[in-house]
Amino acid sequence: TSIPRVVMPQLPADFRVKSNHEVNQGLSQGQAVLEASRCLDCPDPQCIQGCPVSINIPSFIKNIERGEILTAAKILKHTSALPAVCGRVCPQEKQCESRCIYNKMKKQPVAIGYLERFAADFERENIKANNIELRPSATEKNGMDIAVVGSGPAGLSFAGDMIKKGYNVTVYEALHEIGGVLKYGIPEFRLPNIVVEAEIDGLRAEGVNFVKDCIIGKTISYEQLHELGYDGIFVASGAGLPRFMGIPGENYIGIMSANEYLTRINLMGAGRPGEDTPVLKGNRVAVIGGGNTAMDSVRTALRQGSQKAMIVYRRSLEEMPARVEEVHHAQEEGVEFMTLCNPIEYIADEKGRVKAMRVQRMELGEPDASGRRSPVPVEGAVEEIEVDLVIVSVGVSPNPLIPNAIPQLEVSRRGTIVVNEDSMQSSIYDIYAGGDIVRGGATVILAMGDGRRAAAAMDAELRKQR
Amino acid sequence: MYKIVEKEHFSENVVKLIVEAPMIAQSRRPGHFVIVRTGEGGERIPLTISAADTVKGTITLVVQAIGESTRKICALEIGDCFTDIVGPLGQATHIENVGTVVCCGGGVGVAPLLPIIKAMKEAGNRVVSILAARTSDLIILEKEVSEYSDEVIIMTDDGSKGQKGLVTAGVESVINREKVDLVVAIGPAVMMKFVSLTTKKYDIPTMVSLNTIMVDGTGMCGACRVTVDGKTKFVCIDGPEFDAHKVDFDEMIMRLRAYN
Ligand SMILES: Cc1cc2nc3c(=O)[nH]c(=O)nc-3n(C[C@H](O)[C@H](O)[C@H](O)COP(=O)(O)OP(=O)(O)OC[C@H]3O[C@@H](n4cnc5c(N)ncnc54)[C@H](O)[C@@H]3O)c2cc1C
Ligand SMILES: Cc1cc2nc3c(=O)[nH]c(=O)nc-3n(C[C@H](O)[C@H](O)[C@H](O)COP(=O)(O)OP(=O)(O)OC[C@H]3O[C@@H](n4cnc5c(N)ncnc54)[C@H](O)[C@@H]3O)c2cc1C
Ligand code: SF4
Ligand code: SF4
Ligand code: FES
Repeated sequence: TSIPRVVMPQLPADFRVKSNHEVNQGLSQGQAVLEASRCLDCPDPQCIQGCPVSINIPSFIKNIERGEILTAAKILKHTSALPAVCGRVCPQEKQCESRCIYNKMKKQPVAIGYLERFAADFERENIKANNIELRPSATEKNGMDIAVVGSGPAGLSFAGDMIKKGYNVTVYEALHEIGGVLKYGIPEFRLPNIVVEAEIDGLRAEGVNFVKDCIIGKTISYEQLHELGYDGIFVASGAGLPRFMGIPGENYIGIMSANEYLTRINLMGAGRPGEDTPVLKGNRVAVIGGGNTAMDSVRTALRQGSQKAMIVYRRSLEEMPARVEEVHHAQEEGVEFMTLCNPIEYIADEKGRVKAMRVQRMELGEPDASGRRSPVPVEGAVEEIEVDLVIVSVGVSPNPLIPNAIPQLEVSRRGTIVVNEDSMQSSIYDIYAGGDIVRGGATVILAMGDGRRAAAAMDAELRKQR
Repeated sequence: MYKIVEKEHFSENVVKLIVEAPMIAQSRRPGHFVIVRTGEGGERIPLTISAADTVKGTITLVVQAIGESTRKICALEIGDCFTDIVGPLGQATHIENVGTVVCCGGGVGVAPLLPIIKAMKEAGNRVVSILAARTSDLIILEKEVSEYSDEVIIMTDDGSKGQKGLVTAGVESVINREKVDLVVAIGPAVMMKFVSLTTKKYDIPTMVSLNTIMVDGTGMCGACRVTVDGKTKFVCIDGPEFDAHKVDFDEMIMRLRAYN
């Protein structure tokens, strides 16, 4: 227990803001083995309780320590379809690592996330270096067909489980690329596309069929899915609909949602040579909000060459929902944090391009329903700030496409699909759902966990029918 | 892949393409649009489905070359393929027998108007169509429109065909001579704005189809937002058709210039 926690090697801040390279470089094998040796292999490992999908954490870590990295990767794959992704983007500090016994000893927890990433990356590179051919799963086909709506983490993990259980699985995706938020939202510098691509290739090799440019409820209706012979449907359509604040001037040119900004850059490649999609560039960029999406947007703006990039957030740094590591990275890169500030109006030039915003200073009052102290305006404390690009990142609502297309489907007042929490079955017997369309905006690992649970429950149900 | 099986030049910059897209051909209704992409670095561009053939599994697009992406599309030849086509998107037009409908198409807006003219006629309406353009060469689909209209009025800015004058003059002449129950206008934003101002004077219900800038077309980005009746709406999922008298056209026209 005297070994200090490993430090993730990262690119220097001044270099990385000029490139899209991944900031965290990953552990060397030496670092990983040493870090793995810190794990005490607790008899009653609390870390597992902290992981939403209950990965057998000490078991995979001890395999790394022994140098059995491929075995470690196999243990991860047993519970998590996308360990290379989760090892990078999980809010580990709030989940598995927050329960590690080291915390009780007032020491830094084992770097579970870094180790998870290390094992998954090792496996991927091993497959590539040795030209190992991925093969369809050996399970005998049971002849039943399953449709998946949406190719984000929930849909991918569900598809991976169902193909292993012997079903024919087709994933339908509205966009022209597979991966959901992992592709269009989270930027390269945090989650390189090759990592996501490798996971998708793996599923393809196992026999999962992907159909892009196809919107269920528009291109193909629910009734038509039945005509096509599907025995079960898993809806993982995500929380696509961006929210705006509804304040004066919000529709001026130069004010856009984080989804639009990130999609133009990550999915459409805006700003790169050979890509037709345009994106507005700003010198003074304000990003409204304090979540992961806001951090990704503000750091993207720096990489697009803006001189000043600010986070404008109505609570204080402590209440920020973004991952701690992302906030640190943003600070290192020179992002300015205007906390306890809330925009109330935008001002434009004669062409309708935003040139300034009026912000209201806030202070923290009583705790609200979420347990966080709620911000209240400080009377008269309003200031004007010069900006030429504003990214609004104040949350998303569930994608309404499926609820609109299937009126019999029970949805909550917030627009999420209502499911049985154990089975993920909706009010319609053959439709299961999971991920952000059920939870509102949540996390990659929770979406994946839903996919796994839905696969287990649907399989149990369909077995009865066979 | 989405192969082009027919191509016709309506004018120098306006091209009709018939494209294989069987699933979309089957699901589409008048008023729907698609998003297309050409080439790996291609942009996602919204285009209205102006006709579909469910037997052949094709959809018809009419495209006006106004910039980089639409020029690329217009340069595609028979046998070439779109990289991606997704749809049908948006809400279908609400078709009803209301009596007399005046359908105004400006420039390439006649293409999206055509399926609405046809459906309005089939629903039992009297249909008066007004086709407007800068000059005679730019009047498209006249024959097809005539087929489903009780009367066709042509207006050109320079008087080279039909009557000389703006589309609004044509609309007013019809309103002054007979009872009009609904006006549908599709074309450049400025044209829709002025048709809307004209019909507002006479309190005639008016519907427009908005062509805002889009990215995904599925409600995910908000690039397409407009203010309708004081509220922000997303054209791709709430529209593209709206009650013209409630649309903030000045804001929409401003937003269309974002990338110019
Ligand atoms: C910028 C950003 C950063 C984030 N950072 C983190 C992070 O660091 N850590 C973390 O854990 N979480 C993070 N999240 C949240 C996380 O990405 C989501 O919780 C997760 O992706 C939800 O997965 P999902 O499978 O439910 O949906 P999504 O990933 O949203 O995928 C849904 C897919 O379904 C498609 N679709 C929708 N409707 C249809 C239809 N009718 N037919 C066909 N396809 C359809 C959509 O196009 C989309 O591709 C972030 C989110 C964003 C936007
Ligand atoms: C629902 C809908 C239906 C449409 N139907 C048709 C149709 O049937 N035929 C047709 O010719 N055109 C149609 N349009 C307009 C067409 O999408 C634009 O002309 C096209 O996007 C311009 O792209 P560009 O790169 O060639 O032009 P550029 O001027 O180079 O475009 C620059 C940027 O602005 C955007 N943009 C510019 N003008 C428009 C516009 N009027 N509408 C949307 N985005 C614009 C482009 O996407 C691009 O991001 C429709 C638009 C919408 C929203
Ligand atoms: S999946 Fe996430 S929560 Fe679970 S062990 Fe890995 S990093 Fe921790
Ligand atoms: S709680 Fe910490 S030390 Fe104990 S098994 Fe888990 S990771 Fe290892
Ligand atoms: S085009 Fe993205 S929300 Fe309408």
